[in-house]
Amino acid sequence: MLTAGIDIGAKTIKIIILDHGRITAKNLIVAGYDLRESLKKAWADIEAQSGLKVDDMEKIIATGAGRKEAPYASEAITDISAAAKGAKALNNSVRTVIDVGAEEARAVKVDQSGRVVDFAINEKCAAGTGAFTEAMARALEVPLEELGPLSLQSTQAVSMSAQCAVFAESELVTMVHNKTSKPDIARAIHDAIADRIVSMVRRVGLEEKVMLIGGVARNIGFVTSLKRELETEVIVPEDCEYVGAYGAALAPAGK
Amino acid sequence: MAEEYWRWTESRWTDPDLSWQDGRIITAGVDVGSVSSQAVILVDGRLYAYANTRTGSDSPNSAINVMNWALEDTDGLTLDKIQYTVGTGYGRVNVPFAQRTVTEIACHARGANFMYGPTVRTVLDMGGQDCKAIHCDDKGKVTNFLMNDKCAAGTGRGMEVFADLLGVSINEMGELSLQVEEEPPPVSSTCVVFAKSEAGGLLRAGWPKEKVLAAYTSAMARRVVSLLERIGLEEDFVITGGIAKNKGVVLRLEKELGVKALEAKYDTQIAGALGAALFAKDLAEKEKSKKK
Amino acid sequence: MIANYGYKNGSGDFFITIDTDKCDGCGGCVEVCPAQAFAVGEDPNDPLREEPAAFIVEAVRKKLKYACAQCKPVTGRPPLPCVQACPAEAISHSW
Repeated sequence: MLTAGIDIGAKTIKIIILDHGRITAKNLIVAGYDLRESLKKAWADIEAQSGLKVDDMEKIIATGAGRKEAPYASEAITDISAAAKGAKALNNSVRTVIDVGAEEARAVKVDQSGRVVDFAINEKCAAGTGAFTEAMARALEVPLEELGPLSLQSTQAVSMSAQCAVFAESELVTMVHNKTSKPDIARAIHDAIADRIVSMVRRVGLEEKVMLIGGVARNIGFVTSLKRELETEVIVPEDCEYVGAYGAALAPAGK
Repeated sequence: MAEEYWRWTESRWTDPDLSWQDGRIITAGVDVGSVSSQAVILVDGRLYAYANTRTGSDSPNSAINVMNWALEDTDGLTLDKIQYTVGTGYGRVNVPFAQRTVTEIACHARGANFMYGPTVRTVLDMGGQDCKAIHCDDKGKVTNFLMNDKCAAGTGRGMEVFADLLGVSINEMGELSLQVEEEPPPVSSTCVVFAKSEAGGLLRAGWPKEKVLAAYTSAMARRVVSLLERIGLEEDFVITGGIAKNKGVVLRLEKELGVKALEAKYDTQIAGALGAALFAKDLAEKEKSKKK
Repeated sequence: MIANYGYKNGSGDFFITIDTDKCDGCGGCVEVCPAQAFAVGEDPNDPLREEPAAFIVEAVRKKLKYACAQCKPVTGRPPLPCVQACPAEAISHSW
C-alpha cells in the first residue's frame, strides 16, 4: 500500500512516499508562488526518480502551513501531530521534538505512546525561525550554507541583545563596524536563535530524548548553539526536513 | 544598496530672534536613539537651536556630532558655555558631556508638553526602533506609559525596510501610500520580515507600489493602535518621532482611533531632546538653589 | 504613575505594571522574585521623584516572558510571588 505525506512549508514542499510503511521515495522543492504548479513539478520529479505517480497513492495526507490548500491530498494533519508522529517513528525514546522551519518553530512534548502532551508554537515572529538566519546571512554577506561552518570558527561568545530580526540586522552592522570578527558574529546569530528556541522548549518542559527536525537543523552552527544551551544531547536525523512529511505519511496507519 | 531610499532629511535650525548672550541660563538636551540623534539648546527655557541627524553605526560619537551641528549657526555659542546637559534615549550612556541622564519616557512627555501645550494628555512616540504610548498631566509629568522596543512592527526601521523593498524614498512614502482609490486590506503579518515576503508576493501579483504601501501602512497603524489601547487614549492627542512626518501613517491612525492629533509646529523628532533640555533647566536651578 | 514594563511582539503582550503612586520602595518584590526582575532605587522614569520606587531591571525587561515563565506554569497557576509580596498592591501582570 502506497501512502504519501506532503509537508507544504513556507519555503519548501517535502514529499515522502511509503510502501507498507517503508520510505521508497522523497522529494523537496521550493514552494514558489503557485502551489499547484510547484506540486505538479514535485510529482513529476518523483515519477522520474521512482516511477511512482500521484494516482498510485492510496492515501495522501498533507501537513504544514499550506495544508488546507493542498491539491491532491485527501486529509490534513497539523504540524504538531506530524512532527510528533515522525519523530517518534524514527526514534521511540524521543520525548521532546523541536521543529524549526523557515517561518515557524515548534516545541512538542510527547509521551511514551506518542501522544502529544504539550506544545508551544512561534508563528508570528521571524525571530527563532529560519527567516532570521537568512536575513542575518544576507546582512553579513555570507551565503546561508556557510553561516553554520563559519560560526564554528568563533573564538569568543559575543551577545546580541536584539531578538527582532530587523533590529538584529542593525546591531550586526554596528558589530561589523566595531571590528567584531565574522565568525564571532555568526556564532552570536546562532546563539540568539537558540536562546529563543530554548525558552520555547522550557515552556513545555525538557525531557530526554530530544530530537531536532526541520530545515534549520541542517545548520551546524545552530545545532551547536542549541546543544550548548540545552545542555543535553540532541538527535538530528539525517533527512531532518522530511520528518514532518514522514509523520503525515504515517498518519492513517497511526489512527 | 545602490540608492539610499531609507535616507530621510537631516536638519538643523536656530531661532533668529533670540540671542544667547542675553540668556541667564543655557541648557541642552541630547537624545541618542538607535536610528537618529537630536540635540536641543534652550536659552532661559526658550527653544534656541536644534539639530537632527542619523545616528549611524558610530554611536559613541553621535552625541558630540549632533551637538556640534546644533552649535554651528549660533553666533559663537560653545559647549563650555552650556550650564547643564541632560542625555536621553537608547544611547544615553554615550553622552559624555551630560551631567545627568533621564529616560526617554519622561523626556518625551515633557517635550510634548512644551511643543503642543498643557492640554496634551496622550503622547504617541514612534521612533526608529521603538514605540511609546505615554499619558501625562498638564505639566508634562508622566502618569502612565508603555514602551515596546522588541519588535520592528510600527517602528521607523520597519518603514525603512519597506522603503528599500519598494524603491521609494522614505520622505515620500506617506504621500504615496495615500494615492490609492480604495484602501486595500492590511497585510496579514505584523512581523516586518514576514510582511516583507508577503509584500514581495503582492508585487509579483501585479499590485502597484502605492497599493502595497497602503496595505503595509494600514497594518502598522493597527499594530500601533493595539499598543495604545493598552493604556487608553485621552485627548489632546499628539504624535512625536520620525513617523509623525509620515502622513499615510498619521491619517490611518487618526481614522482608527477616531481622534485627530494636534498639528505639529516644531520638528516632531526633537521631543525627546527638548524634554531633556527642560529637565536640564530644572536640575540646574535646583542645584543653584541648594548652593545658596 | 502607571509604569508598564515589558514588550509586545508576535506572540503577545507581556507587561508587568507597577503603580508608583502606591509604591513606597519597601523592596518586598525584590526579595521574592526568583528571576531578580525587580530593583528599588531612583525611579528611572520620574527624575524629579524624591523617594525610591520599584522598577523592572532593564536586562530582565527585555526577556520578561521568559523570565516570568518559571512562576507561570501552563496548568494550575498559583498566585504570583511578586504580586503577593506587595503590601500596597502596586504590581500586576498582563498575562
